Amino acid sequence: MRTTIKKQMVTKMLVGVGVIALLTSCVNDQSDKKYDDAIDIPVNQEMIAELTAPPMVPTPVGKRMAKKLIVDLEIQEREGEMTSGVKYVYWTFGGTVPGSFIRTRVGDEIEFHLKNHPDNKLPHNIDLHSVNGPGGGAESSFVAPGHEKVFSFKVLNPGLYVYHCATAPVGMHIANGMYGLILVEPEGGLPPVDKEYYIMQGDFYTEGKYGERGLQPFDMQKAIDENADYVVFNGHVGAMTGDNAITAEVGETVRLFVGNGGPNLVSSFHVIGEIFDKVYVEGGDLVNENVQTTLIPAGGAAIVEFKVEVPGTFILVDHSIFRAFNKGALGMLKVQGEENEKVFAGEIYDGIYLPEGSVIQSMPTSGGAKKPKEEIKALSFEEKMKFGKDKYMATCVACHQANGQGIPGAFPPLANADYLNDDVTRAIDIVLHGKSGEITVNGKKYNSVMTAQALSDEDVANVLTYVYNSWDNNKTNVTPEMVKAVRNR
Amino acid sequence: MKFLSTALLLVFSLFYEVNAQNNNMALVEGGVYLPLYGTEDKLVKVNPFLMDIHPVTNEEFVKFVKENPRWKKSNVKRLFADKSYLNSWTSDTTFTGIKNAPVNNVSWFAAKNYCECQGKRLPTIDEWEYAAMANKDVPDARRIKSYNQYILNWYETPKTFNKPVGSTFKNYYGIYDLHGLVWEWTEDFNSVLISGESRKDVDKDANLFCGSAAIGASDLMNYAAFMRFAFRGSMKARYSSQNLGFRCVSDLKN
Repeated sequence: MRTTIKKQMVTKMLVGVGVIALLTSCVNDQSDKKYDDAIDIPVNQEMIAELTAPPMVPTPVGKRMAKKLIVDLEIQEREGEMTSGVKYVYWTFGGTVPGSFIRTRVGDEIEFHLKNHPDNKLPHNIDLHSVNGPGGGAESSFVAPGHEKVFSFKVLNPGLYVYHCATAPVGMHIANGMYGLILVEPEGGLPPVDKEYYIMQGDFYTEGKYGERGLQPFDMQKAIDENADYVVFNGHVGAMTGDNAITAEVGETVRLFVGNGGPNLVSSFHVIGEIFDKVYVEGGDLVNENVQTTLIPAGGAAIVEFKVEVPGTFILVDHSIFRAFNKGALGMLKVQGEENEKVFAGEIYDGIYLPEGSVIQSMPTSGGAKKPKEEIKALSFEEKMKFGKDKYMATCVACHQANGQGIPGAFPPLANADYLNDDVTRAIDIVLHGKSGEITVNGKKYNSVMTAQALSDEDVANVLTYVYNSWDNNKTNVTPEMVKAVRNR
Repeated sequence: MKFLSTALLLVFSLFYEVNAQNNNMALVEGGVYLPLYGTEDKLVKVNPFLMDIHPVTNEEFVKFVKENPRWKKSNVKRLFADKSYLNSWTSDTTFTGIKNAPVNNVSWFAAKNYCECQGKRLPTIDEWEYAAMANKDVPDARRIKSYNQYILNWYETPKTFNKPVGSTFKNYYGIYDLHGLVWEWTEDFNSVLISGESRKDVDKDANLFCGSAAIGASDLMNYAAFMRFAFRGSMKARYSSQNLGFRCVSDLKN
């Protein structure tokens, strides 16, 4: 009896070994084969593509074989928030701007299902820059509201590609957020890294100026003039700052898939305090090393990689810098871990240096004579706090940070700040006219520049009231009249 | 002579206006206009016609369906209406939404037959576009910025279909809601081909999108029109859509 069992086991094991051997040989057969032409790469099996919302990316392809990949993408026209208090109707691939990230490998056959939600008002389509074929699929994918189109293509060229809507008027569909990225990995996949993220820049054109409250319609004339009100990463101001910041640990290698949807502006992509170890220039095969700022054309992309050596907050910007600090093109990478003084020692000396002619720079105002459109006035203290917070989040947060903590050594804190609480007139004056030179806040010295802010009396009153009534400050209620008095001094 | 004919036309149109308003129709004086797809030398002539001042409502359509059971949701032939026909109706004769909102999710076949049963017909693209050039004050407002911005804003606003007819502006001819509630079927909706690859249309198909129209497309007026033509181009006669309704027109009878 025992022997029989043993025999059976041995047989089973033998069969098992055989199966494994067979499988192995099967796998080897396919992966060893090299194809000169990607068209000849065979596909086996079907797979539903994993799609992700920014800033996340799907699982790397690794060593998987080419497959028939089913991509299921729904178009939604929906209202979203551009920045605090400002609403905008976005047109989206998959409900987000940029649209869902699609990850493929060379040789994959993509069966693309494009669905236009019945609530939508307009027909749409998709042009994928990774397609070899007329219109990049635009013609085959033109789909009416409440309908679905299916088309297919084989991805032949590895690289990072933009996709976008190409329905008339094309510019408007792109300007409302209809773009995203599709990655075609080479056979065997991209080299593994520790963290990967998805970032896409876009410019937006609204009837009201930056920060003007309410639902802001798209402004065609500004779009034609290429006069953007917002330039943002991932669809809206603050999509990648504060709690939405991307993260990494010291010592990790970070890979960013960066695209630019446009419609108009070219991005000078830069990470403050980091050097890109590698840039896949324009998302193609060419790798450049040790790059400070890489140019990303509208309708183009780049892959950047860098190892983070020290902890801290690294700011991602379009280094066409007014876009970063005045129009929203700002993101954050928060790195945690051990300090490394060999790499970065922080401040080691603080002296006084006052060259002549150091003056405060001012923001262009609309001449004072030109009255801005009637603005919504805060009627109650609560509303004042709310409007003030919105303005703070749109204008001040980049330097003074979300909880008024500032950035040590660079931007003074507003939270429980003696310099602020001691003198309200001085605070109003700084917001209106800017400030440069050394000041001491809570015992620490700061020597940098704040530009004069082009804000209305109402806005200044709201934002300062918000600041004074937050973070343990002295609860001063600043009125537009107080601001006016300082302005007219 | 010319003066006389103008005077005659004026009297004529006054008469029709009075007459037409009783039937909830308004007179659109004919004329020539330059459509989106035309060139300067291809002005299109539009004869005078009467147009419903409102789109057809849910209430009116349910009456039609009761009188013509073949257009009931459960009876309709798939050839004439796809699955989304009267999609939001909970039964053959129960609509959702408010009763005097424009009917939506109706196929071209159903819309056409509705008009025929009223002794009317669907407007042609040219008739519709001609009437829809008007704002409150002038018959052709296409170069007025606020008018174009109004249309573009509407195109961008989701879910405007469930509002009562007459809730947008009354135009020069006395017609409401051409812009602001729903898209509208036209008789020859698919005759101007927008292939879906609009950039190609602009480049190559000189007959439809000649150079001047394409380059001049920076005009806001063309952007709004582009969107209408794109929408029409994406539809088929059996399709229906939540944001698509219709109204009828009729010829002037001498």
